[in-house]
Amino acid sequence: MAGHDASGHLHVSAESKAPYDEETLARLHVDAAEVISRYPQKRSALLPLLHLVQSVDGYVAGRGVSFCAEVLGLTEAEVSGVATFYTQYKRHPNGDYTVGVCTNTLCAIMGGDLIFDRVSEHLGIGHDETTEDGKITLERVECNAACDYAPVVMANWEFFDNQTPESTIGLVDELRAGADVRPTRGADKVCTFKEVSRVLAGFPDGRADEGVGAGPASLLGLRIAKDHGWVAPEGASGSSNGSSAASSSLTSTSDGKDGSK
Amino acid sequence: MTDTLTPILTKFWDDPQSWTLATYERHDGYKALTRALTMEPQAIIDAVKDSSIRGRGGAGFPTGMKWSFMSPPDGGPRYLVVNADESEPGTCKDIPLMMANPHSLIEGVAISSYAIGCEHAFIYLRGEVVHVYRRLLRAVEEARAAGYLGDNVGGKGVKVDITVHAGAGAYICGEETALLDSLEGRRGQPRLKPPFPGAAGLYARPTSVNNVESIASVPGIILEGSDWFKGMGTEKSTGFGIFSLSGHVTNPGQFEAPLGITMRELIELAGGMRGGRKLKFWTPGGSSTPIFTEEHLDVPLDFDSVAAAGSMLGTRALQVFDETVSVVRAVARWTDFYAHESCGKCTPCREGTWWLRQIMNRIEAGEGTQDDIDKLVDICDNILGRSFCALGDAATSPITSAVKYFREEFEAGMTTPAHELFPPEKSVLFELPAPTTSKESSGMVSA
Repeated sequence: MAGHDASGHLHVSAESKAPYDEETLARLHVDAAEVISRYPQKRSALLPLLHLVQSVDGYVAGRGVSFCAEVLGLTEAEVSGVATFYTQYKRHPNGDYTVGVCTNTLCAIMGGDLIFDRVSEHLGIGHDETTEDGKITLERVECNAACDYAPVVMANWEFFDNQTPESTIGLVDELRAGADVRPTRGADKVCTFKEVSRVLAGFPDGRADEGVGAGPASLLGLRIAKDHGWVAPEGASGSSNGSSAASSSLTSTSDGKDGSK
Repeated sequence: MTDTLTPILTKFWDDPQSWTLATYERHDGYKALTRALTMEPQAIIDAVKDSSIRGRGGAGFPTGMKWSFMSPPDGGPRYLVVNADESEPGTCKDIPLMMANPHSLIEGVAISSYAIGCEHAFIYLRGEVVHVYRRLLRAVEEARAAGYLGDNVGGKGVKVDITVHAGAGAYICGEETALLDSLEGRRGQPRLKPPFPGAAGLYARPTSVNNVESIASVPGIILEGSDWFKGMGTEKSTGFGIFSLSGHVTNPGQFEAPLGITMRELIELAGGMRGGRKLKFWTPGGSSTPIFTEEHLDVPLDFDSVAAAGSMLGTRALQVFDETVSVVRAVARWTDFYAHESCGKCTPCREGTWWLRQIMNRIEAGEGTQDDIDKLVDICDNILGRSFCALGDAATSPITSAVKYFREEFEAGMTTPAHELFPPEKSVLFELPAPTTSKESSGMVSA
């Protein structure tokens, strides 16, 4: 059912107004209190709380809006006004995995447009639409700060670098099949939309130490510097923030930090 | 003479588990904080001022001066807010920095907070990078456990804590006052200035909003001295910065170098242009900075030289496009972006970007009219300097600069679609299977 239109309105279906069951509501209140405690003024908790209600409902449902309004002492209109401003808040039920193809200029030209078209054709859905099995929501996303890895695809806001139409089709197929999929730079596996929404509400999932520190493009300059023995000048500390190599000489000494070869 | 590249913030990104406290401490981590706590707060501000570091988030305003412009302490709260909403097209330095070395930012926040009298700092991270958020939350946790944050930092009775806040997808929140509104739980729309955040920022209290890289550079300045910092870069653009090369170079990537390095040097380090093709145009500091061409390859990439050559250093987001690329298509897509991200608060930007988008899209489709170029330039003229914040101004940069250097391509857009003049398949970075019928991919139709 490819068919949610992105009209810009908060779609509030009747079922989204159904009250939370007691247990869920109690947990939401405990979590909300924790979120609110992070800020000097409680309205600041609104953005994380909207992520939090998405972690329960999979989108910002009517009852999520009501909940945020209640705990923060705002009107539902004030909460909806905020929820509709930001693209990460979904106005209708989202798939388990948001697959966002960067189609801002650089990624688009490096192949993002072609990737989007091929994946869209493969899944039979367009921008901001969800597959019938409820697994994948496809999006065009704006620049996600990984241009040196273009073309870039984000799956639930984890990086998939240097993509091709085939690799992204492979990605969505695996996600739909329920397989664990490992991002290029990120956690050991792509978590579900609800799980990731909970992290974005500020509740760690214990995965911070998973994955790499940096990908190859991030390390390119460092590798070249090491190959040439290029280092930052020595500073006042002697051991130098930059290096322990002599600074005044024209040709910098290659010191123990030269890890090349 | 400084070396061509100067890995400082990037120095140990290749360490296994580069992001942990243990790794950071092994590389002199938190020594600067220990030193800073023996100094008077004013002495830290003076050191940062003396380093002449200019903000690394694009505008290039001197960081130390920003701090000293804050209203004097009156006993109430004062805030440091780190702008980690990196979203400018082409910009990709803060995200890898926070992923690989989050503690450099945390230490910078601790020192900077102490300097300006802030006890509760915020890091506003864009929401679309969940793993970076995990790393920052973890780094704050580790720093707290080690006594680098909390109620008694370094056993000196100094109080500093950090809340790491995730945004929810809005480019405009990179504008500092929109960021503050967003952090207060509102729609991210810019505020009228004055009052500037230094007088009335977060919760109407004195606030300094600084870029990630600026704050992460503070520990080095404290530990190694402002002379060390000034020993790199140029007289008016001191220090080092991360330069991000993307696009049609052989090896895109990050290069940490003294300010003043040239694009020619950087492209060479990146292995030259892809397949030996010819450079056509590039951005020095993201899509909001007027484009450059081959004639600007030797412009020193520092604030003043780039400005003198007609653009802006911005965020050192060097996006490279070769001869296969239609400048009209590139600019049309950036225009889609600005129209999508315009917050709607002010008329010139809201209406102007909408019209720019209509015109750019029809020129891209080969359906431009005779007076479209004049109309584009005229609309840009009505946005530039008349919009509420810099987003509107930014939307005009790619258009006016592209018309200046490539007017004939805009003229061609009156008769011929961009995809016929520049088949998109030739620009992609992957191998395509057997040639299919040339099919132009659709523009951003809905967003």
